Amino acid sequence: MEGLISGIGFTNILAVLATSVAAGFLGVFLVMRRMSLVSDALSHVALPGLALAILFNIQPFFGAFAFLLVGVVLIYLIQARTNLPADAIVGVLFTASLAIGILLTPEPELLEALFGDFTKISSFEAWSATALSLIVLAVTVFSSRTLMFSIVAPDLGHVSKARLKTVEFIFLVMVALVVALGIKFVGTLLMGTLTIIPAAAAKNISRSFASFCVSSVAIAAISVILGMAASFYFNILAGPAVILAGVFLFLLTLIFKKS
Amino acid sequence: MDEKTILGVRNLSVAFDGEEVLAGISFDVSRGDVVAIVGPNGAGKSVLLKTLLGLLPYKGNIRWANDAKVGHVPQRFQIEKSLPLTVGEFFLLHRGRFILDRKRSEGRIREALRMVEVPESNIDERLGTLSGGQLQRILIAWALFDKPNILLFDEPTAGIDIGGEHTIYNLLHELQDRFGITIIMVSHELNIVYRYATSVICLDKKMVCSGPPREVLTPEALAQLYGEPAYYHHAHDAAEIAKSV
Repeated sequence: MEGLISGIGFTNILAVLATSVAAGFLGVFLVMRRMSLVSDALSHVALPGLALAILFNIQPFFGAFAFLLVGVVLIYLIQARTNLPADAIVGVLFTASLAIGILLTPEPELLEALFGDFTKISSFEAWSATALSLIVLAVTVFSSRTLMFSIVAPDLGHVSKARLKTVEFIFLVMVALVVALGIKFVGTLLMGTLTIIPAAAAKNISRSFASFCVSSVAIAAISVILGMAASFYFNILAGPAVILAGVFLFLLTLIFKKS
Repeated sequence: MDEKTILGVRNLSVAFDGEEVLAGISFDVSRGDVVAIVGPNGAGKSVLLKTLLGLLPYKGNIRWANDAKVGHVPQRFQIEKSLPLTVGEFFLLHRGRFILDRKRSEGRIREALRMVEVPESNIDERLGTLSGGQLQRILIAWALFDKPNILLFDEPTAGIDIGGEHTIYNLLHELQDRFGITIIMVSHELNIVYRYATSVICLDKKMVCSGPPREVLTPEALAQLYGEPAYYHHAHDAAEIAKSV
């Protein structure tokens, strides 16, 4: 364990943990809203932003976040203004941006952009990622009542004067923020999955909303620790290792699935 | 608007994509009234209720009394079976702090369940696993949780097994007796309307009639509302019930 901490760096571990815990909590709502694939495809939008940031020598987080923000505004507008199923449009539009991103990204950086690498994070980046993740977590806790209204009974929410539209938009911005943060660690291809797997696993074993949130956050943290350890000791890419650890936990939860 | 009136509606109209689904609706609701909105399918009954709740754009004037506190029991409430949300947590949506408020609110939630005769042990059950009748009771208890003085109720018995129907109305009636709450409900069952409503609004995109059920639900009004074939059926029902009540 000490070898792991000194090898990867305490602040890096903290940043990855904080980001994945925030992602795990957001995932609870994404899974309940049946937006799992939307967030997965959304993460691909970051790639052209990341590529442009690398080309113009800007901090990659800002490039990724700017493009993700455009992505969530599009999702929001599609949901709010049309009756079209968001997934088809999102699928086409966002995979196109992945293709553009791959063409734009300089080849030496491509692997890192696609799969992430948290050994290359500066301590400033790590601390800011931790702080931002905690903010995302706090905002989402604060919004959870209204988000639940919009999932279960939007009409009752409206009668109870909950600000559904505003909170739905804030939620999508939080998703964009966490995806932009996590891309550094697990890459564009897998970040969407990091928000979904813990929640999908937690849903199998939770009867109540409270236990759903707690177990999703716990599973997110455990898969990150398992994945980082596997990456460090077996010298494999961390992003895929974290995701596979999550998939392993998901399979475990199927055994204990509550009907 | 005088003190007795809790809701005043004037010249209300609602259109979807340029097509009018409600036009020229005007009525008043007095405190303690049980108002039934009746009419054939597609008459705009649910639209009227949703408009009163502020869920749909409209033209005209809807005025609630300053102290009006609205509770709403929706018509369709489909919930995924596997959704991890317990009955107790559903009630906590009333609280600004949501699930963080569990300890402080548990006593009141149990009391709400007792009031609608749902076993207290259901507090930790998933909402999606309840039967239609139990879910309807929970929705009534939910709507009453913050002590509203007017309850808007859409098709109280839709999706409820026979036998459950009367108990829902008995329950409503009892609540009305106990709390003097004003009720506006959409109903397609004229026997229920005769039994429980103090006034009716007959709707077929516009207002066909309004007033106490025995006075305004005349054979002519029913014929106009439901068309000839249905009229015999309803008029017969209505006459039978009028005799028996």
